Amino acid sequence: MSGPPGKFNIGWLRGYTVVYLIFIYLPILLLPIFSFNDGIYVAFPMSGFTFQWWAEMVSQPGMHKALWNSIAVAVPVSLISTILGMMGAKALTSYPLYGARALTGMFTLPLVTPFLILGIALLITFKNYGINLSLFTVGVGHVLICVPFSLFVLLSRLESFDRSLEEAALDLGETPWIVFWRVTFPINMPGIVASLLLTFTISFDEFLLAFFLTGDASTLPIFIWSQLRFPVKLPSVLALGSAILVVTVFIVVVAELLRRKGSTRSTGKVI
Amino acid sequence: MPASSFISIQDVSKHFGSIVAVDDIDVEINRGEFFALLGPSGCGKTTLLRMLAGFEIPTRGEIFIDGEQMSGVAPYRRPVNMVFQNYAIFPHLNVFQNIAFGLRKDRLAGDELKTRVNNALSLIKMKEFGERKPEELSGGQRQRVALARALVKNPKVLLLDEPLGALDKSLREQMQLELRQLQKIVGVTFVFVTHDQEEALTMSDRIAVMSAGKVLEVGSPDDLYERPQTRFVAEFLGTMNVFDGSVHARDGDSYIVDTRDLGRIRAGVGAQEFSDGEKISVALRPENLKIVNSQTSEDIDGSVSGVMSNTAYFGNSAQVYVTLDGSEQALVVSIQNQDGAASNVAHGSRDITIGWSRSSVLLLKDA
Repeated sequence: MSGPPGKFNIGWLRGYTVVYLIFIYLPILLLPIFSFNDGIYVAFPMSGFTFQWWAEMVSQPGMHKALWNSIAVAVPVSLISTILGMMGAKALTSYPLYGARALTGMFTLPLVTPFLILGIALLITFKNYGINLSLFTVGVGHVLICVPFSLFVLLSRLESFDRSLEEAALDLGETPWIVFWRVTFPINMPGIVASLLLTFTISFDEFLLAFFLTGDASTLPIFIWSQLRFPVKLPSVLALGSAILVVTVFIVVVAELLRRKGSTRSTGKVI
Repeated sequence: MPASSFISIQDVSKHFGSIVAVDDIDVEINRGEFFALLGPSGCGKTTLLRMLAGFEIPTRGEIFIDGEQMSGVAPYRRPVNMVFQNYAIFPHLNVFQNIAFGLRKDRLAGDELKTRVNNALSLIKMKEFGERKPEELSGGQRQRVALARALVKNPKVLLLDEPLGALDKSLREQMQLELRQLQKIVGVTFVFVTHDQEEALTMSDRIAVMSAGKVLEVGSPDDLYERPQTRFVAEFLGTMNVFDGSVHARDGDSYIVDTRDLGRIRAGVGAQEFSDGEKISVALRPENLKIVNSQTSEDIDGSVSGVMSNTAYFGNSAQVYVTLDGSEQALVVSIQNQDGAASNVAHGSRDITIGWSRSSVLLLKDA
């Protein structure tokens, strides 16, 4: 929009913004609100306050197993994706690579491929090679979708990283491998941590690929989905959902703060 | 071919795709010398420096440092250290850690490491700054830390890439002197890259003037300034009046030269030989030109008249721009402001005569 907005415009935009924010956040806010509601139906009026569902959620043995499975997938996935993302970002920023733009495009492809298709494709592939479905195959699928995220976080980081710092370290007698650990790694630490946190949450929350690729062990999202078949379990699922929501938001905020703090320090401005 | 001098750059070329950045260069640099690579941006001077450091690999040719062949030697194995244009101070380390960075491999005992770093800190007069973070330092201080970090490694050669480029003018002039003094103290061979001819003239023992990937001339500052061999060098160092001309004949210890703008003039015979009829350039430094009037007592071997078109007053001197009679070309004359000479000229007659001595006329090969 060009020119200063008039009074009408400001009022209209304000209203639009409020409606938009309600649209985004009201459904999400219903989760924690009804997780404390003394009744199994998600409907107003609410019938009273209770910790019953939270207690039930915490005491469910299947939930513990699923939570552990999710963490057991998400931790290695975040590490592997970040290592691969770092290698890719380093290659794309260090050398005048032939076809760098095409490569970057190729890396983003898993992001725009529907996960449904990706899930089916992976399923067929694993079956063809006789690989049994397990948490391992879920992890492989998650690495596939997490690497692009990691790559972009680290690319934006390394693009503002001064290459002459690496040259200076080489010049002072360190081999390329040691230069990475003494200079590149510590200076880009905020980006690396941001990538770890982001890929962890992506893997932790992911449902579709996990649904296709998991064997008899279920991850937390699949556990939640299976619980929805039983109406009495709904409130404890709401409690679980609220807990995941809080942790996820916390991790993403920390990741973003780290990313900004890092780029402020190395270049003097937020990118 | 074995290398006789300390740094020997032999037939070195560097191509980036179809671009020739460095074109068949031969340079010899002596031990302990303060050596400048001077040229306009894009002349290949930084590429040459980076080849000495090992960051670029020559497409052709060989580099020897202290008798050792450098081809195939990685940057981290070369006996050279570099001060980067932006200083490349490690932002996650404090000043002490920055300077100690390159000493890890030497496996020094804690005390010895401290002594080495502290000596380096006192060399750059920053003893109290060991604990400071790089972001707390001024540009000049960063530059000194970069120097100390490189020198603490006791390199055979220190490479400096436009070391003063990022500093403001007064700090620059101060650092020029400090760098020169520092080099005298440590006795290390300095090779530095600059596009600033004044800086090169002030600081260096010898200068290689580069243009379009080639080294045009190598010599001491006064050699290059007072006796340039090529038109490019004559014009690049300081201000120079240059005219096209051709040799008419040699007459004893002088050449007789025809020019369109100055007419037929005489020039002293210098290092270069010219044949009759050869196309050449005739060059005259502004400070070797004099305004001729009835009181002029010096020897004048040639003169030309013109109209004063402009004067630039600098306080201790002034530059007078003269449009020559029967020519479009302007002549720059520099006069010392003794007893108000500059202001007398500025307010005197606009029609003036400019004279010079035969020995101050320079003849240059490439017309």
